[in-house]
Amino acid sequence: MRDRGIIWMGLALFLVFLTLPAWHNLSARVSAKGPQPVPPAGQKQCVAPVEYMRTSHMRLLLDWRDSVVRRGAQDYTSPDGRHFAMSLTNTCLRECHSAKADFCDRCHNYEAVAVPCWDCHMDSKTLLGSVK
Amino acid sequence: MNLTRQAFLRLTGIAFLTGAARKLVAAVTGPRWAMAVDAAKCATQPNCTRCIAACHQAHNVPAIPDPRHEIHWIAKEPFARTFAAEEDQYSPVRALPAMVLCNHCENPPCVRVCPVQATFKREDGIVAMDWHRCIGCRYCMAACPYGARSFNWEDPRPYIHNPNPEFPTRTKGVVEKCTFCAERIGTGRPPACVEACPQKALVFGNLADPQSPLRALLASRRHVRRKPELGTQPNVFYFL
Repeated sequence: MRDRGIIWMGLALFLVFLTLPAWHNLSARVSAKGPQPVPPAGQKQCVAPVEYMRTSHMRLLLDWRDSVVRRGAQDYTSPDGRHFAMSLTNTCLRECHSAKADFCDRCHNYEAVAVPCWDCHMDSKTLLGSVK
Repeated sequence: MNLTRQAFLRLTGIAFLTGAARKLVAAVTGPRWAMAVDAAKCATQPNCTRCIAACHQAHNVPAIPDPRHEIHWIAKEPFARTFAAEEDQYSPVRALPAMVLCNHCENPPCVRVCPVQATFKREDGIVAMDWHRCIGCRYCMAACPYGARSFNWEDPRPYIHNPNPEFPTRTKGVVEKCTFCAERIGTGRPPACVEACPQKALVFGNLADPQSPLRALLASRRHVRRKPELGTQPNVFYFL
């Protein structure tokens, strides 16, 4: 019976250790919330259905890149028959997603994806900020 | 699926032939872009650098003060340096300036040496660059006999003072050069330098069209190209 204190302390330590992930999440303010990107106001339809854009926008952008750079084609016809100039800054950002920080960046940060697009292509922030 | 081996081979053959025929038709009927530089007209404005400013503004070419890191797409060089074989100490062309840019060679050595096909020849003759692919090995710079290419030794963005959002910047570690304004001629506009020249000393045109003003000029005036003995077949012509 003399070891009662040590046993209780060991059990308490074990419990703390067991629940450590929960404490860590609480202290780091991790929540079950998603990235919650803000879609552009007043726009109903992107250049392709939203399900496709959600899963495959990167593939679409790579296709656009190859069409423009390597094949010299600049016009894209969307599945619903509209025409767009294939350009990340001039079409995607300028016409709809001007708030890149609230749209692109939110998901990319949430998923810890570092995209190199903005090393060269400009958004409104690079125009005003880092480029002097 | 009921596809016999014979039908499969026939379809494959037809597909290949169609592809080849389309490429051939495009090569025969498409344009071949080229430029002529009228050095005498250019010399009437010795201090003019409007073409350089227009090009470098349109393409976000950084103004890096360190000459070892300098980036240029188009530059003004004395004839004596660009045409070392053409001039002697009595020649009047010694004093002429010559705008130098990528020659968009018919037989470009830079394209041959690029290990990742980041630089390639388009069907319209433009030696284009895909900066997404460039790995910065600089083989193309070693291969180019005209010094038309520059390397980004540092991040160019701090040196771009008046950025053009319609065109991307480059990043540290890629090579860049004149693209004959592929993005502009794709929408029917002439290259930025041609548009900016107040003397109309730069003439851009289609070599494949016998009626084009460029062909008429080349047919009527004596012209030279840089280092023709190398067999690169430059597409930038100079009127002396």
